[in-house]
Amino acid sequence: MTYLADVAALARKDLRLELRARDTLPAMLLFVLSTLVVFHFVLPGESSDLAAKGVLWVAILFTALLGLARAFVAEREQNVLDGLVLAPSDRSAIWLGKALALLVFLVLAEVIALPAFAAFFSGLGAETVAAVALADIGICAVGTLLAGMAVASRARELLLPLLFLPLAIPIVVGGVGASVADAPGRYLGFLALYDAIFALVSWASFEYVVTE
Amino acid sequence: MIRARRLEKRYGDKRVLRGIDFELADDGFLVVTGPNGSGKTTLLRLCAGLAVPTGGELTVTHERAGVGFLAHESLVYRELTAVENLDLYGRLYRVRERRERIGMLLERFGLWEARHQRAGSYSRGMLQRLALCRALLHGPELLILDEPYSALDEDGAALLDRELAELRDRAAFVVTTHDPARVEPLATARLALA
Repeated sequence: MTYLADVAALARKDLRLELRARDTLPAMLLFVLSTLVVFHFVLPGESSDLAAKGVLWVAILFTALLGLARAFVAEREQNVLDGLVLAPSDRSAIWLGKALALLVFLVLAEVIALPAFAAFFSGLGAETVAAVALADIGICAVGTLLAGMAVASRARELLLPLLFLPLAIPIVVGGVGASVADAPGRYLGFLALYDAIFALVSWASFEYVVTE
Repeated sequence: MIRARRLEKRYGDKRVLRGIDFELADDGFLVVTGPNGSGKTTLLRLCAGLAVPTGGELTVTHERAGVGFLAHESLVYRELTAVENLDLYGRLYRVRERRERIGMLLERFGLWEARHQRAGSYSRGMLQRLALCRALLHGPELLILDEPYSALDEDGAALLDRELAELRDRAAFVVTTHDPARVEPLATARLALA
């Protein structure tokens, strides 16, 4: 129970920081909407549904990347990560609290982005929404670990996309597959498996990322 | 208790600490001095468990929950108020009667009136006072203080003198300072880094 209380305290802190600073969620919202608007004009009118779904997944991925790049900004200032690492709570609680807060930001961005996609391109099926929900978990799990890794580096802005995008390829494969295939169950299962594996790996390895 | 034997720390090719030996009892007060770049902060990070030695031995018997660490930076969120910052740390350190303890520390360090202001609006001296509140919040048995007097005005420094004297019998101390005379009456051991 104390572990969950630590996670809740850390996630609540991130949500409060965003409410005060408002520098992550508005940027994510603006980015995802701008991307959809730009592609609405870029793609020819007779473009396939497949191409439109691809645009959706690219927009989600890069919107998430924007949020991930800012994930540890508050901790970098004043070296707060040292303070959290020194606390006697399990260090994986830092990862889980941060991942949950990012998940909230991403879901909020998608609450606006998915209806906008439906308006600009084509309707969304339940399988696409399910795939987006599963992808969000994987993105936040692995992305938070990599953001924690990148924050210690001088080239953090460069390092995060270089680490994150290759690891996000299975998410795109599963997401696009679930969105366009006749039998999306297999792709949804694939996304769920990705989530489980990477959440476990990230949870277990975060301690080694934030300590020497 | 902290015991260092031939302690060494390198960052890549750069050797920051070399052949450091000292022993600090549970009621000891170690004063670490040395010029800028001599490795004082690195030594404190090693003692706090934020860094690992690359050579020699370092034994720290205190658990993480019993260590209070004051760094160069305040280790607090700028967008949170003093109360919110201390409440977060109080939860993570499972401080009993958290609110009372936070209120007592804020009052003692002269931050009560500014308790609902964001830390980002604090002056450097107020941030240092808040950082001291954070380091003392959980009643640590080992206090690791990196330049605790920096940025404090005369009142703040006198306040810290009183705090250290009061805590002297209840905790072990590792303190770096450029003004060793200030803590000399409390010191039981000295380490000069070159």
